[in-house]
Amino acid sequence: MSAIEKKILEQIIDLHETPQGAYNLRKNGEGVERHSSANIEIRPKKDKPGIDIFVKPGTKGESVHIPVIITETGIKDLVYNTFDIGEGADVLVVAGCGIHNPGQKTSQHDGVHNFIVRKGARMRYVEKHYGQGEGTGKRILNPQTIIEIEEGGTAELELVQIRGVDSTKRTTTAKVHKNAHLVVTERMLTHGEQLAESEMIIELVGENAAAQVISRSVAQDQSKQVFYPRMVGLAKCRGHVQCDAIIMNNAVVRAIPEIAAHHEDANLVHEAAIGRIAGEQIIKLMTLGLSEKEAEETILAGFLS
Amino acid sequence: MLELKNVSFEIGDSAIPIIKDVSLTLENQKLYVITGPNGSGKSSLAKIIMGIYRPTSGKIYFDGQDITDMGVTERARLGIGFAFQNPPRFKGISVGSLLRIASSSEKAAVGCNYLFDVGLCPKDYVNREVNNSLSGGELKRIEIATLLNRTLKMAIFDEPEAGIDLWSFSKLTETFNKMHEKKDSTIVIISHQERILNLADEIILIADGYIQRKGAKEEMLPDILNACDCNKNCIERMEIGDECN
Ligand SMILES: Nc1ncnc2c1ncn2[C@@H]1O[C@H](COP(=O)(O)OP(=O)(O)OP(=O)(O)O)[C@@H](O)[C@H]1O
Ligand SMILES: [Mg+2]
Repeated sequence: MSAIEKKILEQIIDLHETPQGAYNLRKNGEGVERHSSANIEIRPKKDKPGIDIFVKPGTKGESVHIPVIITETGIKDLVYNTFDIGEGADVLVVAGCGIHNPGQKTSQHDGVHNFIVRKGARMRYVEKHYGQGEGTGKRILNPQTIIEIEEGGTAELELVQIRGVDSTKRTTTAKVHKNAHLVVTERMLTHGEQLAESEMIIELVGENAAAQVISRSVAQDQSKQVFYPRMVGLAKCRGHVQCDAIIMNNAVVRAIPEIAAHHEDANLVHEAAIGRIAGEQIIKLMTLGLSEKEAEETILAGFLS
Repeated sequence: MLELKNVSFEIGDSAIPIIKDVSLTLENQKLYVITGPNGSGKSSLAKIIMGIYRPTSGKIYFDGQDITDMGVTERARLGIGFAFQNPPRFKGISVGSLLRIASSSEKAAVGCNYLFDVGLCPKDYVNREVNNSLSGGELKRIEIATLLNRTLKMAIFDEPEAGIDLWSFSKLTETFNKMHEKKDSTIVIISHQERILNLADEIILIADGYIQRKGAKEEMLPDILNACDCNKNCIERMEIGDECN
């Protein structure tokens, strides 16, 4: 594996070697390495590009890593991944995509992820997006996440876009059943001329379903961000949407949270705030000996942590 | 030693005078308490020493060095510290990491002990975020702990007692006392509290942007506590048909 590939892998899955357990590495539009474990099976799809991932019921404490890397210019990759998290399982799924674009042409990865989290199962899903490369070619990532959580199941989605992605349009669709629980945390940093759009539709369909969306973003330079989280309560349920953005330079941030109740016991709340870094915060950290730049970086890193 | 020479400070476009021709010497290892009415300029004076406000005229010397044009960071690195009257909150930054930022590396490991010194149980707080979930008094005590956590030549506390409960308050005065006995740093406390005034070697009384008086606690305290010799309240004054002056 080249140094660039290693660096990208480290950025998106925090590992520089092949991890233990089930693993699938996709590079420049093709699956290049794959292994299943005793409880987690990965199978290539027959009808379209992508993989099916089956986690056996009751599998506990295991993880599956499925990184995607693009290191060439002019790649347009569309992939469909389906996850079946068996009853009572408790697993970690680490996805993520890194693009190193060395040339002038656009490189793009559109991942369509379909999840079913079965009865009483628990899944933590971590997806990091990252871009780099000296070329002028754009780096584009358009992930689609579709998730259904069955009775008593729990899913935590951590969606992170670190740096260097020129354009992203992410859509997240969720259906949360009886006593099931969904937490979506989104962290985003855009800079330069980047564009980021995030749209979510979360339906709370079962009694005592609960969902929480916590979105934190930083928009720098001329970048633009749009957030459109929607939470729909169709039963006795609880939902909370929170969008919090730090705006800098000449960036533009729009946050349009929507809550819709179709049941008298639906309890839905949204909060949205956009603002610059408070001058007081910077000064406070400077009085502890940090330079102005260090203070700013510390505040942003904390905010996005 | 810190010296202010004819320091004045005006604010805004209309140049409202806030600090007026203040000259002041603060000696090493002494504990000073600055007191005075609300809006008299106490916090402004502290911010001038920290470099947060720049004086409109006058000079500031620290251990003989002219620091008038020095920024906040540089002054912090020289060993000046300031605990805010109204500390800011930080989303996503934990109490532990704030203390780590504050402390010089060699003391970082013992950082949590200082939470104890302000009456907070370290294990309950190190991982808490310094965000809106902290109560006013908790935030204030964490602010004080960040200062205790540093090796300072001059530590300035702006109304450390504000919002702090009785139990933590005793702990706090004890902490100031110990700090003073160790004689590592000059301590400046802005306060309206008699028990804090009692800790002072010297008291500085500020009114309307001036230093009205400065002197040993023994001379100052009786006058300050009896500043108004009217000991009747409004209702009593009406009853006797008299106004005190
Ligand atoms: N940034 C500012 N902008 C406008 N006015 C200010 C500013 N800072 C201080 N002032 C004014 O300067 C005066 C002194 O304020 P300062 O905060 O120093 O008072 P203080 O003595 O600390 O009062 P307190 O006991 O209420 O804390 C006040 O009239 C205040 O309104
Ligand atoms: Mg004040």
